[in-house]
Amino acid sequence: MTDIVIDVRGLTKRFGDRTVVDHFDLKVPRGAIYGFLGPNGSGKTTTIRMVCGLLKPESGEGEVLGFDVLNDSLKIKERVGYMTQKFSLYEDLSIRENLEFISRLYGLDRRAERVDAALSDLGLAERQTQLAGKLSGGWKQRLALAACMIHEPELLLLDEPTAGVDPKARRDFWDAIRRYSAQGVTTLVSTHYMDEAVQCDSIAYIAYGKKLIDSPTAEIPKQIGLYGWRIAGRPLMRAQEMLEALPGVDLVARFGAEIHVCGKDSVALERAVRAVKGAEPHVEIAPIEPGFEEIFIYLMSGAMDNFQ
Amino acid sequence: MRASFNSLFDLSWARVFAVFLKELVQMRRDRPTFAIMIMMPVMQLVLFGYAINTDPRHMPAVVEMREDGPLTRAFLASLAQSTYVDIVAVTHRAEDGEAMIRSGQATFLISIPEGFERRLVRGERPQILIAADASDPVAAGGAIAAIQQVAMQAFAPEFQGSLAFLATAPAPYEIIVHRRYNPAGVTSFNIVPALLGVILTMTMVMITSIALTRETERGTMENLLATPVRPLEVMIGKTTPYVFVGAIQVAIVLIVATLLFHIPFTGSFLAFLAAVTLFILANLMLGYLISTVARTQMQAMQMTFFVFLPSILLSGFMFPFRAMPMWAQVIGETLPITHFLRIVREIVLKGAGFADVAGDLWPLSVILLALASLALLRFRRTLD
Repeated sequence: MTDIVIDVRGLTKRFGDRTVVDHFDLKVPRGAIYGFLGPNGSGKTTTIRMVCGLLKPESGEGEVLGFDVLNDSLKIKERVGYMTQKFSLYEDLSIRENLEFISRLYGLDRRAERVDAALSDLGLAERQTQLAGKLSGGWKQRLALAACMIHEPELLLLDEPTAGVDPKARRDFWDAIRRYSAQGVTTLVSTHYMDEAVQCDSIAYIAYGKKLIDSPTAEIPKQIGLYGWRIAGRPLMRAQEMLEALPGVDLVARFGAEIHVCGKDSVALERAVRAVKGAEPHVEIAPIEPGFEEIFIYLMSGAMDNFQ
Repeated sequence: MRASFNSLFDLSWARVFAVFLKELVQMRRDRPTFAIMIMMPVMQLVLFGYAINTDPRHMPAVVEMREDGPLTRAFLASLAQSTYVDIVAVTHRAEDGEAMIRSGQATFLISIPEGFERRLVRGERPQILIAADASDPVAAGGAIAAIQQVAMQAFAPEFQGSLAFLATAPAPYEIIVHRRYNPAGVTSFNIVPALLGVILTMTMVMITSIALTRETERGTMENLLATPVRPLEVMIGKTTPYVFVGAIQVAIVLIVATLLFHIPFTGSFLAFLAAVTLFILANLMLGYLISTVARTQMQAMQMTFFVFLPSILLSGFMFPFRAMPMWAQVIGETLPITHFLRIVREIVLKGAGFADVAGDLWPLSVILLALASLALLRFRRTLD
């Protein structure tokens, strides 16, 4: 029993001459909820697939749950629950049949009992005979989570598990993840939602296959070093358009009746904000401390591409 | 009316072109399908254009010579020169000839009786006996007619000088033809047992050809590969259900063959069961191998037909196997159905047992093992 569940170093994956993941390192401690962030096509899915042995890295090494990530993928697969980005259970099987199929593949004992427990845990007991293909998005997510938890894995790999799911279902989903975490299950979850990102203990941010940030969630704002200004009054729309065109402005985000402008260069940012104030004297400006929301909008927008 | 009529023809060439371009790009991306579309007609023309021959020639014949004289030697030489039969053996013992025709090594047994020349010269009209394996009436028919002609041409130069009196009509000898195994030349006796092979090939290969392809297409492959399931487990688990489907098809064909076509089942039923089981498994593995290659169900279907056509045309189902050129026979030997057809004809029509069909049972087993191993090697354990 090691306390580092995922410990991979230098994972590199190429498709043709395109390097999708480039020398990726990651250490995830036991029981952690590790958030995996990055714009679309940044290599999140590829990284997760390499960790669970679905893709062979060109180079790199490491251990997952103490097993060699390159050679012991069968042992890793037995102990990992992987939830694919796209629903990948059988739409022409019922909910119960899907769970039974999966539990048979893992060679589980007390199968009926486990399937019953999983069904009632996720509130699917009444619908167990329904075909999986007939379920709505949120229910499909629940079923997929139930399927990847049925063999009581030590590590959960969730690839955008809540994409396209309504807020209530998303909250339920995260409640379940936190319950598992409390039981010692480690989770690596990729997401596009900032409200989900802030729930993670740590965050790894990846863009163009390179890991750019990896730190505890609370330290991220400090690490990025973003400066911010608040702009209110009228005409807000014109002010926003002007700001987006000015140098030093990395992020312009609308928050209700005001705009939050952020940038990494405090001098250039202030110059831009004051230029807008000069052109539109009716707007009010004030410096602010950027919060998580601004930070994550900034991260999600892919603005970190040229971070290093 | 008018509005709907207009809307029907109200098309934008720009949109048409957009769709056309998109299809073109997709076609270029889908290399295997494109390759098959190009290769299919070429292969068919080359393969079947040369292989198919409704005037069967080069049928293997064994000659049983009870007499060795100038006239019989001339007949033999002339026979050897004719393109209708290829003399594969000359024997003096009746049992050898019989064995060769039963095992399918020879399609014809030509017997020249003892005292043939003496009786010929005396004008006693001696008989030349031709036993033909008529289990395939097409294969036998052409050559039977030809041999009469060959005999006439063979003796003509000899019936000169002192023997000129023999150049009479009717000929001074008699050719007796025995059609073995299917004396009435009923085509269905040949076709119906063989159809079992064709039906099994068609359905078994097609159904398993999408086994993995469908998983990949629907995205369920990713989940399957993320579980600790092993390639061999997937292979066996996915093909076994169809062994039973095949068994049902066999039962149906046997019942229909008996009730409608009155096919006599004369051989060993146990040998038949062994052969049909091997054959079903070989076809399932062939289909499964396709599904490890094809990336879409469409590709899988096309590859199935790629296998299916030679199975019909080069296996001896539609055209006499022995009459095909050597290279076509070599291709035919690699097809499971070729061996199954021989086995099933020998068992059902010729009353063969295990020993008689062993020569085709072991190639069928080799093909099965080769296909299964190839499929396992092709199985991708990762999404790479």
